[in-house]
Amino acid sequence: MLTCKEFLAELSDFLDEKTDIEIRAKLEKHIAECPNCWVICDTTKKTISVYKGMKTCSIPDDVHSRLMAAMERKIAAKSAK
Amino acid sequence: MATESVTLGPAPAATELSEEAKAELELVNRAREGDSSAFSALIRQYEGKIFRLAMNITQNREDAEDVLQEAFLKAYEHLDQFQGNSKFYTWIVRIAVNQALMKLRKRKTDRSVSLDEQIDTGEDTVAREIAAWDPDPEVQYSQDELQGILNEAIDGLAPIYKTVFTLRDVDGLSTEETAEVLDLTVPAVKSRLLRARLQLRDKLTRFFKRKGDDAFAYM
Repeated sequence: MLTCKEFLAELSDFLDEKTDIEIRAKLEKHIAECPNCWVICDTTKKTISVYKGMKTCSIPDDVHSRLMAAMERKIAAKSAK
Repeated sequence: MATESVTLGPAPAATELSEEAKAELELVNRAREGDSSAFSALIRQYEGKIFRLAMNITQNREDAEDVLQEAFLKAYEHLDQFQGNSKFYTWIVRIAVNQALMKLRKRKTDRSVSLDEQIDTGEDTVAREIAAWDPDPEVQYSQDELQGILNEAIDGLAPIYKTVFTLRDVDGLSTEETAEVLDLTVPAVKSRLLRARLQLRDKLTRFFKRKGDDAFAYM
């Protein structure tokens, strides 16, 4: 059986489904038998999920306006050259 | 490794372009020919993501706004250096990350900020808080409260971790794209991503652990 440290080293690839079948089977066996690593795996998966679900940052209107004004100045300066 | 200078050179050759990347390239080509509306379209497409990334790295609204402006102004100025063999987004993200790191360096003049810092690979990868979460922990909080919790947690990470995590897990770049953007090796990205994910998991456990459960170890 894998050690917990070996399991943790593979955790990211496991969650991203990037491990090969043989290693995946070993990792699944480990979490079936190790409650600590099951919790870590489950809560890390939820961590990624909750950040992925963050609404896309809508840029504040004033920030957008200043960016576009700066761009207009840049474009005008470039065309004047 | 992140360097003092902003990297504006062409990205390494990539595989065949997707339809999305081709559409972007079309916009870039039109912008190069003087069509400012094409560059405005690129801005509208990515300003939100760049601003969020800059906020995550700098944790300061003014700095993030500076980073946003500097990134798009530099990109416009150096459009001829974008050769179209990678996504425009990965190119401008690279510029924005370098600008954001320079902001951090200016704040910490006694200590350089680099994405290539040595990291330990031992104890920090061991999770400390081990407690099960509610099945849908986020529903306990309003959107604003949740946003505050997630921001506070990510704010507690070192720049090398928050940058990798944001690009990889929030923006959805692949490990290879993240490595390209940050000029890191794929194993270095993987190592930082694992540590970022575990550290965030630890921090969020305080908020999301199942009611009635204290953090406990089963072993």
